[in-house]
Amino acid sequence: MSDVTPREYHQARWNEPVVMELGAPGRRGITFAAPEAEVAAVGPAAELLPPAMRRKALPLLPEMTEHDTLRHYVRLSQQVLGMVGISLFGTCTMKYNPRLSEALGLRPQMAEIHPLQDPATLQGLLEIVWNFEQILKALSGMDRFTFQAAGGADAAYTHVCVTRGWLEATGQLGQRDEIVTSIQAHPCNPATAAAGGFKVISLPLEEGGYPSIEALKAAIGPRTAALMINNPDDMGIYNPHMKEWVRLVKEAGGLAFYDHANFNGVMGKIRARDLGFDACMFMLHKTFGGPKGGGGPATGAYGCTEELARFLPKPMVNKTASGFALDIPEKSVGKVREFMGNLHIVMRAYAWARGMGADGINEASDISVLANNYMEKELLAVRGVSKSHPDIGGPRMEMTRYSLGTLKEETGIGVGEVANRMTDYGVDAPWLAHEPWHFPEPFTPEAGELWSKEDIDTWVAVVRKVCEEAYANPDLVKSAPHNAAIGKVQGEGCEDPARWATTWRAYLRKHRAASQQQAAE
Amino acid sequence: MRREAGGQKLGVVVNPIAGLGGRVGLKGTDGPETLARARALGAVPTAGPRCALALQSLAPLADRIEILVPPGPMGEESAAAAGLRPRILAGLPPPAGDGTDTRRAVARFLEEKVDLLLFAGGDGTARDVVGVVGTEIPILGVPTGVKMHSAVFGTSPRAAGQTAAHLLAGEPVIRLREAEVMDLDEEALRQGRVSASLYGIARVPHARGLVQASKAGARPDDEAALDALARVIVRDWPADRLMILGCGTTTRRIRRAMGFEGTLLGVDVALGGRLIAADANEAQLLRLLDRAGEGGAGIVASVTGGQGFLFGRGNQQISAEVIRRVGRDNIMVVTGAAKLATLDPAVLHVDTGSAEVDAMLAGYMKIYTAPGQRMVMRVGAATG
Amino acid sequence: MEAQGGGAHPWMANSTEEAKAAMLRAIGAPSIESLFAQIPEDHRFRGRLDLPPALASEVALKRHMLELLKKNSDCEQNLSFLGSGIWQHHVPAIVDEVVGRTEFLTSVWGTPSSDHGRNQAWFEFCSMLGELVGMEFVGLPVYSWGCAIGNAVRMASRLNGRREVLVPAGMDPERLEVLKQYCEPEGSHGHIAVVPVAWEAASGMLDMADLKAKLSSRTAAVYIENPGSFGVVEARGAEIGKLARAAGAEFIVGVDPISLGVLAPPAEYGADIVVGTIQTLGAHMMAGGGAGGFIASRDEERYAREYPTLNISIAPTDRPGEHGFALSLAHQSSYGMREEGKDWTGNSVYLTTIGCAAYMALLGPQGFREVGEVILQRSHHAAKVLGGIKGLRVAFPCGFFKEFVVNFDGTGRTVAQVNAALRAKGIFGGRDLSADFPALGQSALYAVTEVHTAEDIARLAGALQEIVA
Repeated sequence: MSDVTPREYHQARWNEPVVMELGAPGRRGITFAAPEAEVAAVGPAAELLPPAMRRKALPLLPEMTEHDTLRHYVRLSQQVLGMVGISLFGTCTMKYNPRLSEALGLRPQMAEIHPLQDPATLQGLLEIVWNFEQILKALSGMDRFTFQAAGGADAAYTHVCVTRGWLEATGQLGQRDEIVTSIQAHPCNPATAAAGGFKVISLPLEEGGYPSIEALKAAIGPRTAALMINNPDDMGIYNPHMKEWVRLVKEAGGLAFYDHANFNGVMGKIRARDLGFDACMFMLHKTFGGPKGGGGPATGAYGCTEELARFLPKPMVNKTASGFALDIPEKSVGKVREFMGNLHIVMRAYAWARGMGADGINEASDISVLANNYMEKELLAVRGVSKSHPDIGGPRMEMTRYSLGTLKEETGIGVGEVANRMTDYGVDAPWLAHEPWHFPEPFTPEAGELWSKEDIDTWVAVVRKVCEEAYANPDLVKSAPHNAAIGKVQGEGCEDPARWATTWRAYLRKHRAASQQQAAE
Repeated sequence: MRREAGGQKLGVVVNPIAGLGGRVGLKGTDGPETLARARALGAVPTAGPRCALALQSLAPLADRIEILVPPGPMGEESAAAAGLRPRILAGLPPPAGDGTDTRRAVARFLEEKVDLLLFAGGDGTARDVVGVVGTEIPILGVPTGVKMHSAVFGTSPRAAGQTAAHLLAGEPVIRLREAEVMDLDEEALRQGRVSASLYGIARVPHARGLVQASKAGARPDDEAALDALARVIVRDWPADRLMILGCGTTTRRIRRAMGFEGTLLGVDVALGGRLIAADANEAQLLRLLDRAGEGGAGIVASVTGGQGFLFGRGNQQISAEVIRRVGRDNIMVVTGAAKLATLDPAVLHVDTGSAEVDAMLAGYMKIYTAPGQRMVMRVGAATG
Repeated sequence: MEAQGGGAHPWMANSTEEAKAAMLRAIGAPSIESLFAQIPEDHRFRGRLDLPPALASEVALKRHMLELLKKNSDCEQNLSFLGSGIWQHHVPAIVDEVVGRTEFLTSVWGTPSSDHGRNQAWFEFCSMLGELVGMEFVGLPVYSWGCAIGNAVRMASRLNGRREVLVPAGMDPERLEVLKQYCEPEGSHGHIAVVPVAWEAASGMLDMADLKAKLSSRTAAVYIENPGSFGVVEARGAEIGKLARAAGAEFIVGVDPISLGVLAPPAEYGADIVVGTIQTLGAHMMAGGGAGGFIASRDEERYAREYPTLNISIAPTDRPGEHGFALSLAHQSSYGMREEGKDWTGNSVYLTTIGCAAYMALLGPQGFREVGEVILQRSHHAAKVLGGIKGLRVAFPCGFFKEFVVNFDGTGRTVAQVNAALRAKGIFGGRDLSADFPALGQSALYAVTEVHTAEDIARLAGALQEIVA
């Protein structure tokens, strides 16, 4: 066991008011040049609008200087931990986001290009997209990739749309109306399937930590449109029967879609197409070094076989003798989002993949799995921590699902309270688990290839420290955070229509008015 | 406003003999003779110490809440062992050594309007408790008994104590849900037959799962999903098809979606959205099946209680013969996804009394969990 | 090119042999390969990945990326009049700094305290947007305007159980296609029919007779845009809203919020749900990567419960007088999950959202009024100038915002020809409408914003004059 002690930490605490309370009447943050005489000759602006549609009262926005606005948002940024500390958020693969790409993204050749420009003026961008598609083809064995989906869930949705297109073209739409997934799959799989008009059949975890082939057989049949499955799951368990699964699903007449959300541990080790899958999805904002940004802009790269490629969203980038062109697939399902996708994220992913190369990518999956198994050994030595399916021996993949059930049982302190206390040491909360929980008080860290052994040791030391605190002084953990910008948020009113407020004006009406009334009484 | 802790009342009652039979291989401790046998076999009481373990979790709240207990082994001793200073209920008659002791104490808690009743015992004790309080007072079981088919127990004594502490401290994670109280007929059990009934519905606190700032939005909770599902089932059910409704809180949603309350603890039959037979027994069900028209008949049942039983516990009216006549394909099982997820192993049990029907039901079944959503679950014959 | 420096990679701390050996030792595993024991051999890919050579040196990588990016021709180097869903507006410098802050850039899903500053920025975004559109409930943004329309129409359909939406026939084809995707194709379980309502030939506004003819008890929602996809301001919003309500339909209005310093907030003319883009609030175009959409409504439970978005609410903390922010309506179901279920949420455009918050705070009420006025005047000036060129005609010459339709029929040339010629002169002409809207003939949609000067317009006019002469 390493002898690292958690470092002392305190988050910036600015007591920063909501922006709506800042500023002073008449201040300006930006001005726009008065129009030239020939422009002004069109007459007063208001008269250019139909009278009924003119705004009468100005919006109640703050009036701030440029400097004050900047300072406000910089202060807010300082009240975010992000990856400045250690963040091992499982399933999200917290990896380095090369700042070169951020700098490149601000260049006008990336920032100031319009999606409807003639392709002749976008050749650099289209070449990046094309080049990156070749990389994903090599990693997956698929024939084509689209980048229109604006996230992993959107790529799952793209699969649902492509499935619909394929069913329509083969005269099976309405007949095959069921999508099979696992209870361990990311909720976006059932959710997008349902939003796309399909019924969802979920498979439970059985012995071995994954659903049985018998359960799959019971689920599939003439109504099966597709299987949407991830592997390994976020407990770090790899389903060794996946080839047989895919065979069975295709035999039943359905499509097999590989949700590669947990790709980091198997990069270069397996290829979706080799396992028989018809389609797969990669998350460029996770596995391929794009920034999280607190949740996007993101890209779900959706890849498929030639047979399904004719249904892909439009447009697709093709290489021609005279350069790169935009084409519409023969039976395109249309669009899942406007334009071509978050191509600035594709640019980042391409730069990342080039920076890594084949060996680097292979090494990254090696290190991810090694680091996780190292972390597992250290974490399981912590009192109160156990892992899911403890009876399943052998190494896990790039993640392991842990449980603080014992800690909760023995101290009353659960994983939410532990996560809050961890932030007091400059370590951000880990991913817990998708609902419903199979194991009590779950948490799921992922070390990946970025974080050093010392970072992992520190992370584990923080868990150990907090668990020790839970046994020795549970109230200290319960009342955490103590070193954060704010105290513990009391969010229960957020479910109450009389109390929730998603805007300042709702807050003023519901809370300020009420407290003023109380004061008056 | 957040409810401040303080001024809350907790009633605690221990069934000192609960669990005695288990250690010595007897199935339960109902009845004085069994109890005597258990003692003769050297059974040591465990209910009191287990209750004390649960009560330890309440120590931090001790000066803010009032704890009420019956004297002696029925509560006082456990509270003292946990370092608590409870108020002892005065004027209770001397213990009779059976369920009346529990019922008398619980009746006093009802008068005292306690905010929570924590009891240590098994299914028999739960049945005594719920028989008095119904859904008027939330209850929570400290598991100490042999039989625990009811869904009113904490997963362990400590877990029960912590949930109780959270409730009394006004923690927002605590919600109340309705849960089934079931009990087996112990005499039948000892003779090798299993016979269980649904005795009532209790209100039970449980800690709602943490909602992490979800990457994907949370799955809908069971309550809402099942209500929506009930509406869909009623909407899509053919007007000329008999609907045989199993008992319990889940199928009650379907009854309510049709606009009637029906029989919570029994089996009802509906046709065209109307209740045509309330609290039907096997014979009535078979007669109705005889007369079923072209639309045929279907069974809508739920996993009842806390142990994953589908048929054979609490809904014996839906007998092997009824099931055989309706047929496996016409059985619709409705249960919340979260409930299914916590079954370990992920298996549903049947015990219809007919090996043939049990075998027919065995295998994988698609359980309805929400509109448009099913979970494939293995169904196996119960082993005990 | 291989990395220098003994094999350790700058983005992988544990790529040193020492780190690997130490971890292997700690777990007692003979090799890294042995850790992959779960994967059956016949699943393994044993070939060599066919990837281009690594550029692990930042120097080399930068050079390679720049070589590619420089093949693009951008809107700063050229004079662009493209709009249609992504517009060239000024992005204030501080927005780039705020969006580029490492803390915002790298945050994921921590706790309400570790993410506090970001959550506050999100709440501020919703608050300021709420002021612009006149609504009290604003969800966190979705992928794009088109996705927001799709979500809003599905919300409406769940609310009233109807399965038809009326939309302007002149709706932007990109947004329309996304909407149709969200409405599912015919034959799919949740299909919602998308019914176009014609525009008035003279004004470009909705044809009221056609609207009345198509409104029925099947109508889940009436969707209009202000300004519409041809730039035209729909003056009869209030009347359309009344008609929709009378038919029991929801009234959904799509807006470009940069117009809302001068245009009436949709709440004022009866919108039930407001959607729109957030790209114009300080997001770079990025070939469409700047897209983002929002959904807002009155703060009524029946609407709030239908939001497919993440929603963030201000909430007290355990320290008196202090506030924080927490997810609201996270389960989005306790109201009685609707039979057909909700849409999904996932990653969205939350970093863009923070930049938008900084943008709105920077502009303030006067900034929004001023930018709106400047756009009105500049675009009308441009329309007047172009309309004065022989053979060119502005299709809907009055009451538009930022965009206007220029018809080239009188020149005998196609828009494609004109735009090719303009491109040769360093000008990106307006979006070609001829394929999507044949009724408009050879027409193009020109976007003129605060970045265009009188000189730019003169340059465009001069070029067009030469081309069509």
